Amino acid sequence: MSTPSIQFDRRSFLKVTATTGGGMMLGLSWAASAAEISEAPFMEAMTFNAFVKISPEGVITIMSPNPECGQNIKTAMPMLVAEELDCDWSKVVVEQAGLDSNKYTRQVAGGSGSTPASWKPLRTAGATARQMLISAAAKRWNVSASECSTSNGVVLHTASGKKATYGELATEAAKMEVPKDVVLKAVKDFKIIGQSHKAVDNKKIFTGKQEFGLDFKREGMLIGVVARPPAFGMKIKSVNDSRTKAMPGIKQVVRFGNKVAVLGSSTWEVLKGRERLAIEWEVDTKLESSADHDAKMAELLTKPLEKPQRKDGDALAQFEGAHKVIESKFEAPFLPHAPMEPMNFFADVREDKAELIGPTQNPGSARRAAAQALGIAEDKVSVMMTRMGGGFGRRLNADFAAEAAEVSKLAKAPVKLMWTREDDMTGGIYRPACHYLYRAALDAQGNVKAIHVRGAGLNVGNPLRENNFPAGAIEHYLAEGHNQPSNITTGPWRAPVHNFLAFAEQSFLDEIAEATGKDPVQLRLDWLAQAEKSPVGSVPYKIDRFRNTIELAAKKANWGKAPAGVFQGFSAYFSFNTYVAQVVEVTLEAGQPKIKRMVCAVDCGVVINPEHAINQIEGGLVDGLGHAMFSNMTFKDGVPDQTNYDTYRVIKMGDTPPVEVYFVENELDPTGLGEPALPPLSAAVGNAIFKATGIRLRKQPFSLNGLRNV
Amino acid sequence: MAEFTLKVNGTKYKVEAAADTPLLWILRDHLGLTGSKYGCGIGQCGACTVHINGESMRSCALPVSAVGKAGVITIEGLSKTGEHPVQQAWHEVDVPQCGYCQAGQIMSAAALLKKNPTPSDADINSAMSGNICRCGTYNRIREAIHVAAKKVKS
Repeated sequence: MSTPSIQFDRRSFLKVTATTGGGMMLGLSWAASAAEISEAPFMEAMTFNAFVKISPEGVITIMSPNPECGQNIKTAMPMLVAEELDCDWSKVVVEQAGLDSNKYTRQVAGGSGSTPASWKPLRTAGATARQMLISAAAKRWNVSASECSTSNGVVLHTASGKKATYGELATEAAKMEVPKDVVLKAVKDFKIIGQSHKAVDNKKIFTGKQEFGLDFKREGMLIGVVARPPAFGMKIKSVNDSRTKAMPGIKQVVRFGNKVAVLGSSTWEVLKGRERLAIEWEVDTKLESSADHDAKMAELLTKPLEKPQRKDGDALAQFEGAHKVIESKFEAPFLPHAPMEPMNFFADVREDKAELIGPTQNPGSARRAAAQALGIAEDKVSVMMTRMGGGFGRRLNADFAAEAAEVSKLAKAPVKLMWTREDDMTGGIYRPACHYLYRAALDAQGNVKAIHVRGAGLNVGNPLRENNFPAGAIEHYLAEGHNQPSNITTGPWRAPVHNFLAFAEQSFLDEIAEATGKDPVQLRLDWLAQAEKSPVGSVPYKIDRFRNTIELAAKKANWGKAPAGVFQGFSAYFSFNTYVAQVVEVTLEAGQPKIKRMVCAVDCGVVINPEHAINQIEGGLVDGLGHAMFSNMTFKDGVPDQTNYDTYRVIKMGDTPPVEVYFVENELDPTGLGEPALPPLSAAVGNAIFKATGIRLRKQPFSLNGLRNV
Repeated sequence: MAEFTLKVNGTKYKVEAAADTPLLWILRDHLGLTGSKYGCGIGQCGACTVHINGESMRSCALPVSAVGKAGVITIEGLSKTGEHPVQQAWHEVDVPQCGYCQAGQIMSAAALLKKNPTPSDADINSAMSGNICRCGTYNRIREAIHVAAKKVKS
């Protein structure tokens, strides 16, 4: 048994009794600052509160505070509470909580952080409730609490044979003193965690009853669509809405900023009404095209950075005297997130308050943005999260929620704003486009003396993750990243920066292995040994975990022993505190590479819900494959060339090879899984294709390289 | 505006709408049947898939005026209890991530199994090629269709 690092005290433990069923509601809260979502791996402990309700009838309701975007957190979070509560999972009812900063912290689906942030707090919540149930039973039976135990929702006193269900004890238990220093279970004692449990909303999803944001309806609400500038950099000059207003079903037309909202009683009517708007647009900036972007990034790759993000030793001097230098450039396009459910939000803005309901990965930022747009205090804005039809980072932004609030205020009516697919794909906030230059300096023996990476991206911030392996193993290491401002709006996209950096980095390691005649797996293991023996600078990854993960993937894929005609590619990557290694197998059919198998090993510590963890990893690989293969977002004079799924190609079933997932077994605290499986995949594919064809892919999507049939 | 009489999930509805209104918006806005999803509006993603006279159709690209007397079945009407073999199989395989596309996937799968009770992987890939799952649950969908096929058979 382990004692949690976070303890409760009476003052910080908020109790709310007398719920409608007469049961108890346990709320937990302890002081800790709420960290906002960032791309950085999650570190801070988070404050949680109000998870458990037990009715006298024995119904156990567990609140799930974080947004659900398909990571199945709405099943995983309650499992953590239920494990330590020691209750019957089949009797648990899960409820989605709304945004409540007094009760919960980090209500965010992003940064692969929900699971690690809730690991100890949610279990502690369950354990605390369990201890109070035991205390109530001990008091009732006049025995010592230490003689009582629990099993599956029942408190037992073995010596006397007495037992009572949690429901029977709930009312008394709620009055018990809140225990300090509750002891959490050892991993080996878990009964719920580590077993696969089906997603709690499955039945609703399969019968069409699950409500997503677009399905939300309130009596009297207007449906709205917005006309936005057709090109990045354009502004409204004039609007003539007379033809729109004359159409049936159109209730209002409101202009806000550089946008015009058309509001009415049905979707089709407002869509047709928007078509009739006559808007004149003007330009006071340079409209950007993809050719301009590529030229700018290429230029930046020739320029040193005054303050590199990382500098170990003197890499440039090593290149001066190198026996051999290998050098490659890699290119990635902008990408829309293209979640299946396009952006939308409901807002009902009144004189002194606003109610927001919809699909968001970050309700806190939706509240902040809405409050700012409305000019009211944040505590006047409520946000309820619906289930999301995908997020992929797009819904970490708050533009669509703030827009709904603004329009509702102007219209003086409750409004559900919806984006069409075209609005969603052309309306901005993309994965930034990036270029990378990788160089390695080799000595006469083929040893790598220095590595130099230089990145350049558009609205990317830092295009590097400069402490990535093999930094730490290389004596002379230089990492420089340029940011180039652009009119094209960008934001986090599943595994920000990692999602393409990993391709460049892990492809280049393969090129080093090729150039030095080393096995790609052995090269990585040798460098890990080097980083263990004599680390250079900061080394954020754990050597043994990385090594175990690499070895597991190699073993499960039978690395290096593929049958004739099967070509393997390897890739390994550490992000969001999770270790991933992948092997992709390719064959040739009529000269075209065909992906036959994708194998993935993962060390994410304790696996909470194995089937969902596997699903998430499978999805990460398929997502990584699809975008590497097909997806491309380009611009001409500020106008996106791709507007819908007919021109923007995403992966389909027939493109999807089998995926095998293996976990490194350990008892370490869990890390996140939403993102880490995606970044390395495209390099494993590219490296396998190189083995099969001798063609080194350095530009995404691969379909641009004439490879169609992969 | 015109009046249309539709038969959806066995029930007759009278709706007043412009003749070019896609069936999807009639279902969602007029009849309150929001199980069929909007994803693209151009028949490219399959999230809006319904059955019309037993055939799988994209309701987002079908004008209400073209439905005529045909019977429409949506995800809400696929089975009375939610226990259609495809729905059961989806639960057994625990297919979804976000779940948004799954109603359309289930409707396409159910239509496929009606025509071809023992589909091969290639049959499934082909029949499901118009249904996008942005979360990438395709392998699970394929597996669930095989599971459902066994249920239909037995």
